[in-house]
Formats: sequence, C-alpha cells, structure tokens
Amino acid sequence: MTDADIKTTIFQLLKRIAPDTEPTLLKPNDNIRDTLGIDSFDALQFIIALNEKLGIEIPEQDYGKTATLEQLTAYIKTKER
Amino acid sequence: MTLQTDLMPNLQNYAAFCHSFKWGEVERYLAGLSGGKGLNIAHEAVDRHAAGPLKNTVALRWLRKNGRVEEATYAELQQRTARFANVLGQLGVNKGDTVFSFAGRIPELYIAALGTLKKTAVFCPLFSVFGPEPVWQRLSRGNAKVLVTTTALFNKTVQQVLERLPGLQYILLTDAETHQSERILSLPLLMAAAPAQFTIPPTDPEDPALLHFTSGTTGMPKGALHVHRAVLTHYMTGKYVLDFHPGDVFWCTADPGWVTGTSYGIIAPLVNGVTNVVDEEEFDAARWYATLEAQKVNVWYTAPTAIRRLMRMDIRPREQYKLENLRLLLSVGEPLHADAVLWCQKTFGVPVLDNWWQTETGGIMIANFPALPVRPGSMGKPLPGVEAAIAEMSDSDFQLITDPGKQGHLVLKKGFPSMFRAYLNDEERYRKCFRGDWYVTGDLARRDADGYFWFVGRADDIIKTSGHLVGPFEVESTLTQHPAVAEAAVIGKPDPNIGELVKAFVVLKPGYETSGELQLDITAFARKKMGPAVAPKEIAFVGNLPKTKSGKILRRLLKARELGLPEGDLSTLEQG
Repeated sequence: MTDADIKTTIFQLLKRIAPDTEPTLLKPNDNIRDTLGIDSFDALQFIIALNEKLGIEIPEQDYGKTATLEQLTAYIKTKER
Repeated sequence: MTLQTDLMPNLQNYAAFCHSFKWGEVERYLAGLSGGKGLNIAHEAVDRHAAGPLKNTVALRWLRKNGRVEEATYAELQQRTARFANVLGQLGVNKGDTVFSFAGRIPELYIAALGTLKKTAVFCPLFSVFGPEPVWQRLSRGNAKVLVTTTALFNKTVQQVLERLPGLQYILLTDAETHQSERILSLPLLMAAAPAQFTIPPTDPEDPALLHFTSGTTGMPKGALHVHRAVLTHYMTGKYVLDFHPGDVFWCTADPGWVTGTSYGIIAPLVNGVTNVVDEEEFDAARWYATLEAQKVNVWYTAPTAIRRLMRMDIRPREQYKLENLRLLLSVGEPLHADAVLWCQKTFGVPVLDNWWQTETGGIMIANFPALPVRPGSMGKPLPGVEAAIAEMSDSDFQLITDPGKQGHLVLKKGFPSMFRAYLNDEERYRKCFRGDWYVTGDLARRDADGYFWFVGRADDIIKTSGHLVGPFEVESTLTQHPAVAEAAVIGKPDPNIGELVKAFVVLKPGYETSGELQLDITAFARKKMGPAVAPKEIAFVGNLPKTKSGKILRRLLKARELGLPEGDLSTLEQG
C-alpha cells in the first residue's frame, strides 16, 4: 500500500467511528485523538477496525506509537513488510 | 489473599476499628481554621501543610502532554490557590457562588478547584469530552457564575451555548495572553496581578463546597451538592483505604470531571500530605507502566476499564519495569471481576482492592482493605463509620434483608460526613432517594455471611459506561431532535472493555428510509451535541419501541432482547 492508500483507509475508518469529525483535515503531526476529540473507546475501536481492514495486528503495547497520522502511517508500513 | 508488604497498614484490625470508630474523632486529625473559625477543605489540603514540615514537599506533580513535568510544593500551591481565590474576589464572586471548570487535567484546574474552596465558593468540574449540550445543561442547572476553560474548548464547545447562559458572568481562559472582552478574560493575566496571600474566611463545615453532576433515569442530570465536612471522609478513606503513609507517591488516573478525580485525584491525597501525580494524557498501556516506574508510585487508584486494557498486553510488567515501589493497587468505577483481581495479584504481586461508592456519597463507602482478606469479585466491607445494608422495597414497603446472600437494594444509613446534602434546585428528587434514615443508592447487591458486599447491577435503567453514569433520557431527548428521528430508546449494552456502551434504538419518521448513511448522520448529530462520552456508540433502527400500556418505553425489554435473555413479565406491554 502507498502512503496515500493507508491514509485513505485511516480517514474512512475514523469517519465511520466519529462521523462528526473531519479526519482529512488532520495534519501529519496532529495527535489524532486530541485533534478529533474522540474518547478512549473510540480510539480502541479505530485500532481494532484498522487491524481487521488491513489484516495486521497492532498490539496494545504499541498503541502509543500510533498517536499521529505520520506515526501511524509509518507504523502500518513496518507491519506490512 | 492478603497484602504482602513490610509496611504495616494504618488499619490493622478492621473489626476492632469499626467497633471503636467515631467520626467526631477524625476531626482531631484535621487542623480546622485557626480561632475556631470552622473547617475548610482547602485549608486541610493545602494551607496547613504549607505552614508545617511538609511545606517543601511536592504536593502536585503534573505530567504534561508536551512531556514536561510541572510541580508545586505545598507552599507553592498555597500561593497559587491564594491568587486564584483573590481573582475570584476581584470578579465579585461571593460565598456559595458556583465556579466551574471545563478542561483536561491541566494545572489550572487543580488551582481553580482549591482556590474556589478557599473563597468558600462552590466548585464544579466538567469532563472535557462533553459536547455543548451536557455542558450547557450543567452550567445552567448549576447557576455557573465563572467558568475556567481553555481557548480550544471555549471555541469548540462553550461558544455554541454562550447565548443561553445569561448568568455566566466570566469565562477565564487558561491560555489566553490577553483579555478577549469584558466577559472573556485571560486567567494568566489575572493571576499575575493577584496577591499571593489569602486568608480563608470563616467556613461552616456545612457550607457547600463541591457540586458534581450525575445522571438520573428520568430528567436531566442532577447536581449533587457536598459540604466542607466531607473532608473527614476524604481524610479517613485516604488513610485507611488508600493507606497513605508519609512520603507516599500517589497516582489516581480518574479525571476530576467525575467524582473520583476530585475526591481522590485532588483532595484525599493532599489532605493526607502525600505527593499526588496527575497525568494529562489518556490511557496508553506502555506509557502507564513507564509512569509507575518513573514516578516510583506507591499507591495507584485506577479503574476496571484500564485494568482490562492492561490485561490485553502480553507482557510481564514486573520483568520489564521496576515496579517495586508499588504497594497498593485500588480500583473503582464498576465491579472488578474476579479474573482481573487474580490477574493483578499475579502480575503486580499485590492484590487489587476494589471498592464501591458513588457521586452522592462523596467518598469510598465499601472497600477491600489492606488488612482484610480480599474476596475476588467482591466490593468488600463497609467503611468504619458507615452502615450499609441490603433492603427489599416497594413503593409502600421497606425492609432490611438479614439473610446472607439474598439480593436487594444497597442502602446506606445517613450520617456520614460526605453524604450529599441536596440535588441542586431539585428537592423532590433528593427526598425520593431516602427511606427514613436510609439512602437508597440505586444499585442492587447482596451481602454474604461474612459481611462482604457483592455488586449485582443497577436497579434502574441508568447506564454505567467507562465508570461514569449516563441517563438514557438525556440521550433519547437529544436523538429525537434529529429531523429523521421519531422516537428513541437507549440502553447499556455490556461491553468487555468499558462495562456498558450506550446503544440507541431509533424509530424513523415516515418518509425516511433506513440506510448506513442516515445511521452515520444521526451518530454525527448525537456526537456533536453530546460529545463522545455521552453519545451512543451503536445505533440500530427499529420499526417500533416496546412500551407499557401507559406509554412508557420498556428499556429493560429492549435490553433483554439485545442480550437474548428471557423477556420476563410482559403483562404491562402494549401489544401492536
């Protein structure tokens, strides 16, 4: 997947969980949770949805490495290898 | 299972202590205002330590989102809270006026809370994840005079409801460099100009101090009002349940927007003179373990939601992190199941002590104590000085149940210091909570033959999600404001991570078709109005809602159907 594909997937899943937000306006270094104002349940649902959609497994201990769009995109790419 | 530690717990013989305990004697451990001028929470939490040997001890340590660590010693905290009390004075805030905060766990929230108490005004903290409607309901019902918030939250949330809050005189922005208008002011500017000395005025122990909103089954949120005397419970539970010892570092992960984050995230540790760690960030399992290690936390008060998340991690924390300082782990917010209790014992080498209380009780009421054997899955035994019982009741009858193991309503005898004194402007709802001398908690429980209490469930339709309560009525009323929604019913659907999640069943108006798009539109509408802490996490379309013959929605039936449980007595169900 290209960076653009990954971002599109991220935006789609975030929009489904928090349709009141505009994920496409996230800047690369924005904290996703803080910027969109989602709670910890939403954040967990998002990671679970990402796991399912991309067929990867982001373990709980790595959630801190996925806080921003840039971090999350980079993290997903390492998982794809 | 009993606690393995070299340090003897403050409460060593539960039965003997219960027998001899008197609330009046707790006052001997508190200073009181000099000259017999009463009892003020902020004096007990800050000023008396600032004037004594703890003055250079770190009172609060904030772990900021930007990675910085900020600290205030008891002496510094005295000055900063004095400045805030003086700011309130300059703004014309009087005794009994209500000061709200709407912010994350930033230092200004803690300064505002304690400064407000010094001024003998009433402090009410709001959860920062609330949307504009819950914020408006609470500010208006609580007669807010001053609101402390951040520029971002003001712009995102408060501004939308400002016109509907004519009584709100001042908004103090914690991060504004200049005053924005006569009404919207820069808190840093005001603080810099205010004197750092403040003499706490005479405070009657029965003077109102804290206001916490909680949800009811019907109607809008209720403001439970607490008085300065509640500090006796804060002190006592800090000493005997959290088992604070001199020099302890304590971390309560709760947000002050919920009562635990105020009673135990601000007051109890300070009244007991320990160092209180505040983490501004949200849950992150790896960072939390690192925080326990780096801060050398001795006593940790957290919630089942967090413990279940930690259980998802496949690591051995004691091998990866230095957690030898951790002496005690406590949990509150919803029942902690036996498997989690056993997991904590295995993982941390200390038992997790579950306890029970609620907004109205102001402090811990039933607890597992360090000196008592833990029964995994039980909420423990009543606090010394608190009488808890199980009752059978109907509209006309009230009987205490003495048979062990029999389920009934959990009730508490009036008379402990932190009992709420009113639902603000709602005398009738307050009166309805009592049967004679007994306060009816709304929870169902049972007591075993040895006096341990076991939580069974709520006696009403209130939803317990992520440790806080959501009233179905307030969610339903907002949902029906959506142009496509004719009717809505809201239940708590069991969820392995957050206890229950808010699920809505929606009947559409004629002319609207169910679709994924409409579902998202209603979800977005609800989240914008209520915020993610209250808005439904799931929405299902239904053709009609089950109702009684008198038209009342049978939420219990919806819940039974959702869970595939027996539907119970349907004699009152309107057919058709």
